[in-house]
Amino acid sequence: MSIQVRNIHKQFGAFTALDDISLDFPTGELVALLGPSGCGKTTLLRIIAGLEQADAGQVLLDGEDASGTHVRDRQVGFVFQHYALFRHMTVFDNVAFGMRMKPRGQRPSEKQIAEKVHELLNLVQLDWLADRFPSQLSGGQRQRIALARALAVEPRVLLLDEPFGALDAKVRKELRRWLRKLHEDLHITSIFVTHDQEEALEVADRVVLMNQGHVEQIGTPEEVYRHPATPFVYGFLGSVNFFHGRVEGEGLRVGGDHLHHGVQGLGQGAEVVAFARPHELDIMVDGDAGDGVAARINRILAFGVTARVELDGINGATGQHFEVELTRERVAQLDLHEGQSVRLLPSRLSLFEQPHAARAAGAAR
Amino acid sequence: MATAAPSLPLRPTSSAAPPFRVLPGFNLTLGYTLGYLSLIVLIPLAAVFLKTAELTLAEFWNVVTAPRVVASYKLSFGMSLLAAAINAVFGLMLAWALVRYSFPGKKLIDALVDLPFALPTAVAGISLTALYAKNGWLGQFLEPLGIQVAFKPLGVLVALVFIGLPFVVRTVQPILEDLDTELEEAATSLGAQRWQTFRHVILPIVFPALLTGFALAFARAVGEYGSVIFIAGNIPMVSEITPLMIITKLEQYDYTGATAIATVMLILSFALLLIINGLQAWTAKRTGRDR
Repeated sequence: MSIQVRNIHKQFGAFTALDDISLDFPTGELVALLGPSGCGKTTLLRIIAGLEQADAGQVLLDGEDASGTHVRDRQVGFVFQHYALFRHMTVFDNVAFGMRMKPRGQRPSEKQIAEKVHELLNLVQLDWLADRFPSQLSGGQRQRIALARALAVEPRVLLLDEPFGALDAKVRKELRRWLRKLHEDLHITSIFVTHDQEEALEVADRVVLMNQGHVEQIGTPEEVYRHPATPFVYGFLGSVNFFHGRVEGEGLRVGGDHLHHGVQGLGQGAEVVAFARPHELDIMVDGDAGDGVAARINRILAFGVTARVELDGINGATGQHFEVELTRERVAQLDLHEGQSVRLLPSRLSLFEQPHAARAAGAAR
Repeated sequence: MATAAPSLPLRPTSSAAPPFRVLPGFNLTLGYTLGYLSLIVLIPLAAVFLKTAELTLAEFWNVVTAPRVVASYKLSFGMSLLAAAINAVFGLMLAWALVRYSFPGKKLIDALVDLPFALPTAVAGISLTALYAKNGWLGQFLEPLGIQVAFKPLGVLVALVFIGLPFVVRTVQPILEDLDTELEEAATSLGAQRWQTFRHVILPIVFPALLTGFALAFARAVGEYGSVIFIAGNIPMVSEITPLMIITKLEQYDYTGATAIATVMLILSFALLLIINGLQAWTAKRTGRDR
C-alpha cells in the first residue's frame, strides 16, 4: 500500500516540529527517515500511524484520506524503539494479542491463532521462546518479537521508530541485515526512522533526509551519498571537509590561498562554502603557493586499508581541521610525516552559497 | 594438550573459608526485624490469646457465637470487604485521573486524598452522621427516596469507604505513573479497543498494587471504630460492628469476653489477608513477575 503525506504541519507550543512536509512512499518500498534528533522524523512517523495528529495537512493511505481514521483502524504495524512488549504476557500471548483483540466475528479460532503465531515466530526465528516472558529475552530478541507482534495483524504498512536504537552495535548490524531480508520476503511498504546514517544507507531503498522540520533531500542511498543536495546533507552523511571562501575568477579564494575550480552559476565575489569528502582531497608536498590550501599534518593514522591524515589549517584557514584519506602507498610515496607543511588539493568540490552554508557548518560540526 | 599452568598446590575448597554473603547485614537485619516485630506486634497479640485462654472451650464458644456477636461479624467483615471493593474501583479511577490528566486544582485534590488519614476518626464520624442524618444536608434528600444511611448498615459502609480511600489511590498511583504510554499505543495500533487495552494491558499491570491497596483498605476497615460508631447508631443485630462488641464487653469489665471476640477477629482477618497475599503470589507467578 502506498502512503502519501500532503502539507503536514505540526507545532508543539512555539516549536515547529514539521513544516509543510509532502512525501510519497510508493508501495513495497523500505524508506528511511533520517535526520538528527529533534528533526521531526519520529513525529512524522507517529502522524502517519495516527498516534499523533497533524495541525494541518493530510495522510493518504492507498490514496484515501486517513486523517480521520483512528489508529486501530488504519492497519499499520508500529514498532517502538523500546519494544513496548506487554511484560505480563508470554511471547506467544504478545504475538497473539492483535488477533485476540479482533471483534468476535472476525476473530480467528485459538487454533488458527496458534498456527499464525508459530508461523510468525518462525519467521523471526524465535519459535523456541514462545513460553518465555519478555524480561527473559535479550534486546535483539525483544525487538524481533515486537516485529512479529506487529506483523500478526497483517498490517498494510510497517512503521518502525528507531527499531535498533536501544541495541548494541553488533546486534544492530545483525538485525539490520535481517530486516532487509525480511522486507525482501514480505514486501510490505515500510518506513523506519533512524538517526544513524550508516543504518539508513545500508537498509533502505530510499532515504528521506530531514532537518529542523524540513525535508532536505530524497533519493536512493547512492544518490544522497554521492550527490548531496544541500550543505546539511553533506555534513550529515559521512565525514566531510569544508572551506569557507569567495568566488574569484575561475576559482575560489580561501583565506590567503587559491583553489582552482570550475565555478559555475555563482557571481564573482559570492561567499561560498565548499565541501570535499576525505577521499576527494589529495596532498601536495612540494606544490608552489599557486594552488591548494595550506595545512600542517597533525596525525597520520595508517592502520586501516587506507591511511587517514589529520591536518590543521594554516594561512587563512587557521583553526580548521581537515581529514584526508589516502592509500598507504600514496602516504609512503609522499613520505609524509607529522608536523609537515603541505597543500591540500581537492579533486572534487561542491559549492554552496553562504546563507545555506551557515546552517551546514552547524550540522557538520 | 594441557596448558602450561604453574603447578600450584590445589587449595582444599571445603571447610576452611567460611561462606560469605555479598550483601552485608543479613544477621543484623533479621535479628532486628524479629525483635522489633515481637515487641510491637507479636507480644501484644500473644497477650490477647493468653487472656482468652482463661476461658474454657465451651465458654469461649458461647461468647463468640452469641447471636449479637455473629451479626456483628457479618456486618464488620461484609461491609469491610464491600468498602474495600468500592475503594478499589473508585480509587483506581481517582489515581488514573490524577496521573493521566492535568486539570485545575489537581494538586489540591491530590492532597485531599490523604485527608481521611489525618482527620481524627471521631470527627469524620460526626460529620458523616450530620450529613446523612434525617435532617442532614444529604439525608434530607435521600430520606424521601427511601434511602436511609445514618444508623443503618449503609451508614457503616459510607464511613468505611471514607476512611479506606487513600490506601488504594496511594498504592496504585506510583504504578500508573510508571506505566509507559507506549504500551497503550502498541495495544491500540494492534487494533485493541479502549476497554480491551484496559482489561488486557493496564489492569494486569496494576492488579498487584490494586490488591495491596484493597488489602490495606480492608484491614483498616475491619479495625475501624471511631468513625463508624457515630453513624452506625449501634442497633443490636442491625448496625453493631465487632470492635463495638469488644468495647461493650470491656465496659462491662468482661476482659476475657472481649479478648475472645478479638481472637476471632484476628484469626478471620489474618486468614483473609493470607488469602489476598496468596492471590497476589498467584498472579505474580502467572504473569512472569516472580523472578
